[in-house]
Amino acid sequence: MPESEALHASHRLEYPYSRSVGPVIGAFLTGLREGRLLGVRGAGGSVIVPPTEYDPTTGGDTGEMVEVGPGGVVESWAWVSHPLPKHPLPSPFAWALIRLDGADTALLHAVDSGGPDQLASGDRVTVRFRPAAERIGAMADIESFVPQGGAPR
Amino acid sequence: MTDETVTEPLGPVTTLATPIRLDFEFTPGVAQSRFLRGLEQGKFMGQRCPKCGKVYVPSRGSCPTDGVPTTEDVELANVGTVTTYCVVNVPFAGQSIEIPYICAQVLLDGANLSFMGLIQEIPTDEIRMGMRVEAVWVEREELKPSLASVRYFRPSGEPDADYETFKEYL
Repeated sequence: MPESEALHASHRLEYPYSRSVGPVIGAFLTGLREGRLLGVRGAGGSVIVPPTEYDPTTGGDTGEMVEVGPGGVVESWAWVSHPLPKHPLPSPFAWALIRLDGADTALLHAVDSGGPDQLASGDRVTVRFRPAAERIGAMADIESFVPQGGAPR
Repeated sequence: MTDETVTEPLGPVTTLATPIRLDFEFTPGVAQSRFLRGLEQGKFMGQRCPKCGKVYVPSRGSCPTDGVPTTEDVELANVGTVTTYCVVNVPFAGQSIEIPYICAQVLLDGANLSFMGLIQEIPTDEIRMGMRVEAVWVEREELKPSLASVRYFRPSGEPDADYETFKEYL
């Protein structure tokens, strides 16, 4: 039997998991839905974003939630020339570690700078939320970050 | 607030939907493609090992015992024997069949390998090892190269098979 007589089909394997997020990440996601960026106070007064239930250095409980941003600084980044369907933006963008104003750790998210030549580590960016009606309390409530001064489009 | 509409305040976020999804291309290979094309024609196709003579359905293209290619195609009967079974009473996410239902290993006449099938048209407490069953297919125009072409198996009305005839296949 010639090779071409073998069948071929597209399949999708899918599990509809949901997970409970706990009080701290829950507060962070609730903040996103409200269009606010929240961190948590860790040991020694540092602010951890995204927040964790435990301080990553001491293992102790973290404290109060602290509002951070909406601006921040790009610490490092990698350009995505060919976005995949699951990526936050359909057009080329940067994955970047962004240290938000008031935070001591960096958050990973997309930066829509227009091109790799229009982004550098140390640049200031600001958050761009989805419209309030579309926000559900998930990381994708942040559409992307954009260079401070507005979107390049 | 600029919203004109009054909405219920939303509670804190407690869960996050995290669906896991894998899109993939499946190529069943030449031997299994023959089985699937057989289903498209409303029949079960297997392959015989040239060395031990056993008939595998669906065939993977080789004999797992002798390690030789299976090249002879064999059309199998539409009837077979329930070797073992399980009555499913537990609901689970994504369930498409009404519970309780019977999931059975069916050994088609002429085959030396059983495969899993749904048993319907019988109360679940009447299923038994050795029960003779027949395949019920979808309408002719709905046949596809998929096991979905077999709607289910149902009792054929024949007397039960003797245990000796299927004890090798448990």
